[in-house]
Amino acid sequence: MPAYEIEIILNRQLADCLSIPVFITDIAGNLIFYNEPAETILGNRFEETGEMPVETWSTIFKPMDELKNPLLPDELPLVKTLKNCYPYHKTFWIESLLGKMEKISVTSYPIIGRSGKFLGAVAIFWEAKDE
Amino acid sequence: MKINLWGVRGSIPTSSPDTKYYGGNTSCTLVTEDATTLIMDAGSGIQYYNSQAIPVNKRIDILLTHLHMDHIQGLGFFNPFFNPELEIHIWGPTSSSQSLHSRLSRYLSPPLFPVRLRDLPCKLILHEIGNTVFDIGHFKIQSAYLIHPGPTVGYRVIGNQSVYTYLPDHEPALGRNGMLHDKKWISGYDLALNTDLLYHDGQYTAQEYVNRKGWGHSSFDDALLFSLLTEVKRLLIGHHDPLHTDLQLDEFFKDLQKNNNHKFNYEMAIEGMKINLP
Repeated sequence: MPAYEIEIILNRQLADCLSIPVFITDIAGNLIFYNEPAETILGNRFEETGEMPVETWSTIFKPMDELKNPLLPDELPLVKTLKNCYPYHKTFWIESLLGKMEKISVTSYPIIGRSGKFLGAVAIFWEAKDE
Repeated sequence: MKINLWGVRGSIPTSSPDTKYYGGNTSCTLVTEDATTLIMDAGSGIQYYNSQAIPVNKRIDILLTHLHMDHIQGLGFFNPFFNPELEIHIWGPTSSSQSLHSRLSRYLSPPLFPVRLRDLPCKLILHEIGNTVFDIGHFKIQSAYLIHPGPTVGYRVIGNQSVYTYLPDHEPALGRNGMLHDKKWISGYDLALNTDLLYHDGQYTAQEYVNRKGWGHSSFDDALLFSLLTEVKRLLIGHHDPLHTDLQLDEFFKDLQKNNNHKFNYEMAIEGMKINLP
């Protein structure tokens, strides 16, 4: 398999330096990298799992709205970014691996290279704070 | 395929007796095979071309990796530009904001240079490339963006029987833990894979690199590691730091040999070096 495009590689190298959870996907939504802080969300180490198909990693989360109703995939920022190539942000609830409810904010943005080509997407997870 | 190294110094030309052996001209390499003439980068080393015979097919292709001054400063003194019989093609990386013509014109126009790009008498054709595969004569050429500040590409030149890869400015180790060993995540991997000859950036010692991360260049050790991971057959380490004297480069190379026992051949690039690939 050919190497990833430079824009993807640089996003990974940046994510590797951050203390906030970052996911990087290809254009199909397959998880091609997650950094160490994101490992606690997924409950796995990237070194152990390697890349994860979208069907595998997307089922780990149970996203819900304020009323704890399940959110449709199309309402999630990363899914919207993959669909529309725009950045999105949303605060919602997820059930953690330990069954605990956590309020999080997710910011997603598309990776669009110099050639204008859509290459993948990045999702950054923030601990939501009540304002 | 014949390869002539005309400039192996990085950043700025040097003219000191202390740098005479490895040479003081900035990036430029001539690649020829059959009737095709490629010039890789147009640093001050391109002056060597002025004593060459005009190509039979009256065509010259200049492949720029990027537009930093040490890679284009020789353009204004490239005599074939002033020959109306010649067709000159310049290939350079696409930018998301300005055309190649516009970016080159910043240098080739007053006050930096008296002659404007548009006034050159030769037939000039510009090509913007990125992650591209294209043909020049019988050469098949692959270009790809690399880790280096600003739009920068490297080139893989596939000739009749051999492959030459040219990555003079490249920092594949940029990141918290240096170069990633997973091949899909290595900048320039596809360009260098199994190449017969790799010309690669090696501007710093490992110690110097610690304080120069993000400047776009590699340490000698990272050039070796990159070559090992991409399974190249022979490596030329170039883009020598302008502050490194011949004596220092000799010492650095001895240290490299002491600490590395790689199976592939590697050596420091020297201005004027000629290499014949099958």
